[in-house]
Amino acid sequence: MDMQIELKDVSANYQLGPIRKSNVLNTVNLTIESGTFTALIGRTGAGKSSLLKILNGLLLPTKGSVRIGEAVIKQPYPKEDIRNIRKQVGMVFQFPESQLFAETVEKDICFGPMNFGVPLEEAKKTAKKMIELVGLEPSILSKSPFSLSGGQKRRVAIAGILAMEPAVLVLDEPGAGLDPQGKKEIMSLISSWHQQEGLTTILVTHDMEDVALYADRVILMDQGKIIKYEKTKTIFTDSDLLESWGLELPQARRFQIKIEQETGMKLPKICLTLDELADALVMVGLV
Amino acid sequence: MGVVLEVEGLSFRYDKKQDRSNISDVSFQLREGEWTALIGHNGSGKSTLAHLLVGLLQPDAGQLKINGTVLMKESVSWDIGIVFQNPENQFIGTTVEDDVAFGLENINMPYKQMRERVDKALEYVGMTDYRMADPSQLSGGQKQRVAIAGMLALQPKVLILDEAFVMLDPRSRKELMDTIRKLTNKGMTILSITHDMEEAAHADKVMVMKQGKVAKIESPSQLFLTDSSLEKPFAEKLRNALKNRKCNVPEKYMTEAEMVLWICKSN
Repeated sequence: MDMQIELKDVSANYQLGPIRKSNVLNTVNLTIESGTFTALIGRTGAGKSSLLKILNGLLLPTKGSVRIGEAVIKQPYPKEDIRNIRKQVGMVFQFPESQLFAETVEKDICFGPMNFGVPLEEAKKTAKKMIELVGLEPSILSKSPFSLSGGQKRRVAIAGILAMEPAVLVLDEPGAGLDPQGKKEIMSLISSWHQQEGLTTILVTHDMEDVALYADRVILMDQGKIIKYEKTKTIFTDSDLLESWGLELPQARRFQIKIEQETGMKLPKICLTLDELADALVMVGLV
Repeated sequence: MGVVLEVEGLSFRYDKKQDRSNISDVSFQLREGEWTALIGHNGSGKSTLAHLLVGLLQPDAGQLKINGTVLMKESVSWDIGIVFQNPENQFIGTTVEDDVAFGLENINMPYKQMRERVDKALEYVGMTDYRMADPSQLSGGQKQRVAIAGMLALQPKVLILDEAFVMLDPRSRKELMDTIRKLTNKGMTILSITHDMEEAAHADKVMVMKQGKVAKIESPSQLFLTDSSLEKPFAEKLRNALKNRKCNVPEKYMTEAEMVLWICKSN
């Protein structure tokens, strides 16, 4: 499905009533190709979460327009259009477990699809499929979501979003607060779902390791503006650029630069992961 | 360095009908000016332990001693502060500075002194520019910093950070880690619950929890060398990756600087 995302001159703020607030998004122009996995990075307060909300119609632009596939959000924002967009864009918030509410896990997962008109029986089937997909036992479906551990709740919340079968998946730090193992599992589950279903995925994260491992494109934001939009390798070539925006390189790349500075030798390629770095070090005979 | 907090035989169950304890027979000591990282899987009891330490939960058995005095049941000590993982859970004020001042107002601090403390705390976390902002309008990472400032203003002897850095960008995280080091140098004791092994590697000691028990308390260098079940800091991962590629690496834990030095020296 073609799910190209296009933002034209989008500005937005959280203005409530007459008190003027500065824009959280400032004339953003952006085209994200269908089927890509894009990481959205930038320091706290850069506008990352706000950009995600724009894609899902939770925050409406004060200026400009948003197109997702065939659906368009623009003034005066007819309800039907927004509903269309929400059906296609699944959003996983920061700490998504705080949006669990139903008495059982099954009801919680079925809630989204049923809202969009999926019959109960079918929604239940999807719930079972999704709960297995996120690595939980089907027996958990009859439990209260509030009796689960933090990591399990997170998985249930993600299963609830996937059950709506969105074509665009936007995630706001889905791994925050999970142990390293749990985080790895969540991330690789998202990554394989992305590939299998041919989704267009946008991930907000502070973890440059995840950016290096999963994303093929990177958007760098600051003060409500898009500073860079590049392929992952390209953006991590320039350490000064990232540094000037308060960001870091993936560990392997940072290590590589340190070693290159100390030895005066250049490794044959840009290393973004541990294995790439170890291989390169062996190849040039530094170890 | 004197012992600030002494935990003896602490046990706790959420469900009193069950036998299995969420925290079982936990004992340890925290010394003045020491930074201890608390690690363990989700569900190992880290946050439950933290809630017990600040009196949000009451233990079924065991006791806490602060500066040698046993903390009475159902009482709260002003000497221990906590910052939660999700800062939304602890906002009260309508502006950032009101929010930071809230704890101080509660202990009837004179205005002038309160002003100084609030200013200093906001400066520590780099949020001075946002002092008049509405906390609910801040980003996740900014909220987290305000929550930390609120606790710093109270100047507790022991500060517990329950994954208080998860929403921060890497740079702010580093800056706050430097801030913590400064605080411990001034005598504050830190217990930081974390999943970030780079953060744990910066601490003086690492305490590992497994299934409600303290499995071990060791220095980071000892722990990351000997415990194969843990996620490692990057330098240690690289050492192992090179070892697997039949490279002649030293059989000891190396910090990042030591690792770079070793690679450069071996040429």
